[in-house]
Amino acid sequence: MAKKEIVSFRLNGKDVDVAVEPRELLIHTLRERLLHTGPHIGCETSHCGACTVDVNGMSVKSCTMLTVQCEGASMVTIEGMEQGGVLHALQQAFHEQHGLQCGFCTPGMITRAWRLLQENPNPTEEEIRYWISGNLCRCTGYQNIVKAVQAAARTLAAQPA
Amino acid sequence: MGDMSELREREEQLQGIGASLLRKEDARFIRGQGSYVDDIKLPGMLFGSLVRSPYAHARIRSIDKSKALAVPGVVAVLTADDLKPVNLHWMPTLGSDVQAVLADKKVCFQLQEVAMVLATDRYAAADGAAAVEVDYEELPAIVDPHQSMAPDAPVIREDIADRKEVGHGPRTHPNHIFTWEAGNKAAADAAFAGAAVTVREEILNPRVHPCPLETCGCVASFSKATGHLTVYLTSQAPHLVRTVLAMLSGIPESKIRVVSGDIGGGFGNKVPVYPGYVVAIVASIVTGVPIKWIESRIENISTTGFARDYHGVGELAADVDGRIKALRFTALADHGAFNSHVSATKFPAGLFSICTGSYDIPNAYCRVDAVYTNKAPGGVAYRCSLRVTEAVYLIERMIDVLAQKLGIDKAEIRRRNFVRREQFPYTTAFGWTLDSGDYVPALEKVLKAVDYEGLRREQAEKRAKGELMGIGIATFTEILGAGPTKACDILGIGLFDSCEIRVHPTGGVIARMGTMSQGQGHATTYAQIIATELGLPVGDIVVEEGDTDKAPYGAGTWGSRTTPVGGAATAMAARKIREKARKIAAHLLEVGEGDLEWEVDRFTVKGNPGQAKTMKEIAMVAHTGNIPDGMEQGLNAVDYYDPPNLTYPFGAYVCVVDIDKHTGEVKLRRFYALDDCGTRINPMIIEGQIHGGLTEAYAVALGQQVPFDENGNHLGNSLMDYFLPTAVETPHWETDHTVTPSPHHPLGAKGVAESPHVGGIPCISNAVIDAFAHLGVTHMDMPHSAWRVWKQCHALGVDRH
Repeated sequence: MAKKEIVSFRLNGKDVDVAVEPRELLIHTLRERLLHTGPHIGCETSHCGACTVDVNGMSVKSCTMLTVQCEGASMVTIEGMEQGGVLHALQQAFHEQHGLQCGFCTPGMITRAWRLLQENPNPTEEEIRYWISGNLCRCTGYQNIVKAVQAAARTLAAQPA
Repeated sequence: MGDMSELREREEQLQGIGASLLRKEDARFIRGQGSYVDDIKLPGMLFGSLVRSPYAHARIRSIDKSKALAVPGVVAVLTADDLKPVNLHWMPTLGSDVQAVLADKKVCFQLQEVAMVLATDRYAAADGAAAVEVDYEELPAIVDPHQSMAPDAPVIREDIADRKEVGHGPRTHPNHIFTWEAGNKAAADAAFAGAAVTVREEILNPRVHPCPLETCGCVASFSKATGHLTVYLTSQAPHLVRTVLAMLSGIPESKIRVVSGDIGGGFGNKVPVYPGYVVAIVASIVTGVPIKWIESRIENISTTGFARDYHGVGELAADVDGRIKALRFTALADHGAFNSHVSATKFPAGLFSICTGSYDIPNAYCRVDAVYTNKAPGGVAYRCSLRVTEAVYLIERMIDVLAQKLGIDKAEIRRRNFVRREQFPYTTAFGWTLDSGDYVPALEKVLKAVDYEGLRREQAEKRAKGELMGIGIATFTEILGAGPTKACDILGIGLFDSCEIRVHPTGGVIARMGTMSQGQGHATTYAQIIATELGLPVGDIVVEEGDTDKAPYGAGTWGSRTTPVGGAATAMAARKIREKARKIAAHLLEVGEGDLEWEVDRFTVKGNPGQAKTMKEIAMVAHTGNIPDGMEQGLNAVDYYDPPNLTYPFGAYVCVVDIDKHTGEVKLRRFYALDDCGTRINPMIIEGQIHGGLTEAYAVALGQQVPFDENGNHLGNSLMDYFLPTAVETPHWETDHTVTPSPHHPLGAKGVAESPHVGGIPCISNAVIDAFAHLGVTHMDMPHSAWRVWKQCHALGVDRH
């Protein structure tokens, strides 16, 4: 067993340190060491996006990033979306628009949509579909996911800055 | 009667049947707080990783564990020899066959389970699996089922080579599993002989995989102290799994607890019992610590629960007006290396004989020949009832073929052959009694909505310009809700389902079900049924499933049987409670039971609506001494529902495609889906199910296939190759409905989730083929990928101008 490295990063606003083998994937560190089981594992080839988290302002498929690459990083996962007991507009909209069924893709999907709305607060349907095309859903056919992202964008636009 | 607006208000407050109630289960999922099997973490838990065969057919000369055992973190390596002392190296399948849990001297498909490495974490387990050395002697493999029964074909299953039958009648070859037939062959043959016109087409439903986003897995935990086995498992049918585990292990069923937590999609893939589960359980029994085994995506697509692989031949006989006189459908079924086909005992070819569809066909015969090949065992019903997609695909394709042959419009030929409204209940030539239906209005509504005549005019103009545009129609009838116990059982257990309801003193309700949600929103839908039946607010109703220690026995959720069977059990259990409540109300109001009437949420005295007892009041009283003499306290009921018949929802779909003749790319311009699932409990959830089912139909029709080379090597078993549509290519779906209640279901509901998959696939195929119909093309096999469609364009020469 290889020597472990200490890696420090910021996870949903809290500083964490973990000791990991250099080969350990971020998704396993999050799920098994840090008990953040929101991000899921749906494939091992970076296609499904169930493991999507936000690292330093970019959506990352955490099944294809090594934890040792995260030294000093700032990370957001589905667990960091709810603030002060208030759901993020995207979480509320996924519920209200029936944008989820089995829920397995939902954490990655919301985290990806969250990044989209940071970059583009008023996306078109085509832009939404393009932006979430790295996140697969087997249940919804995406139609209500698109509606949810649009609804969340409207909610956020109506909120005072 | 109370004031109507006040009654309506009370009814709306319940949020019962008919309300698009937002889902109760969302709260945990949108926060990332779902509890899926890989989220389970138990003290001392070890990870299991399977060693799998690189060959499709090979003898195992030897297995050397020594290097694996030297890997840091590796605790043990299990092979078939280690399972033999407990007699668990083989297990029975749901198809009346046996399957190797770990390969016993021989492997019969690529990536077959050979050994399991147990280690302290998943990395060490994977390292260990890579270090197990297996010496194989490769054997010739059979990949094409048409070669399985050749006289000189290699024998795939030496363990049963001498057996005259494998659960379903005589075998004629060591690679033959069964031959099953239905209908009247002589009558069908006679009708064919005398028919004005006949058509025949070879039609493949290729091997596909349901590919839920979460793979299969389990955590097995055996307590040596108590002898109890707990298995957290991704199962659509936890109670059946518990029974299978009891049969396999000899552990009393009362000491086995199967827990299906949240399931990340199933679509049929999570019905069977897989070798990985059994090895993990044995490993936990042997080691005394919990064992987690989770499939990788490649393992999932390669080894668990494929669907279809039906090589069909369809034949129709008709008069010159296109009225069908007879049907003959046959299929060669590739079940892979073990017959682990999920099927009711009496239906080894599932419900394939629903293949007369929505049509009044007087003579029919069908036959299925099932064979072994060196491919993964199965299969399962991918978002359908067993073999219904195959059956519906055949009839919906063949009626188009007949229309083309006769030059009759594809909508018109359906009108001419529909079972008419006044014929219901209608018994098909195969003996199924279609409970209710009204096909013409459904089709006409859809044709009007899409301006069918206008589309045909546009198509004619496009054809004149050399462009390819196709219009597909499917008017399918489904068969759901397996099923009456007189006809349907699995391993001897009838396919009833169950609901237990307890009403607490303050009116809160907990209901426990024998079914198991995989995203269908059961916690919401069932609660709505109870809300309406008991007049208690949906917010106070909790629905639990999946824990066999808590829930009453049921056959689980597959074949869209939840609403037809589980939903009926829920209504019946609630009605038992309501009848007891009626007695208590009569007692409290000092009137006869017959003097009371039910009014939304209370019993009122007829003619004196001011005198009433609400269900909430009655719930409290039911837990006091102030109840009728001889009555027991409490307000609970359990119902085991054995449906008198299956349910037959139907739909009318139209699909419009534009095909790029230079690239073969199929662009799905429009898809209009009308579904009639009888009474609609939650329209929002129904629409969501239809979106999802149509998207899976789109995937199957345009891209999914599990391909092999001639040696049985997988050519596409990861998401690099296996097509799961993204948001970009997934079309926009338009939905519509009519309502024709089921006459035998307590709520009139028929079930819906698989209809869009079953009806969507032929509709899309029909559209693609219709684009080529004027060029004489009558059939093209799925998947209609750009490459394959381009080859058709190229063969016809249409890509050259």
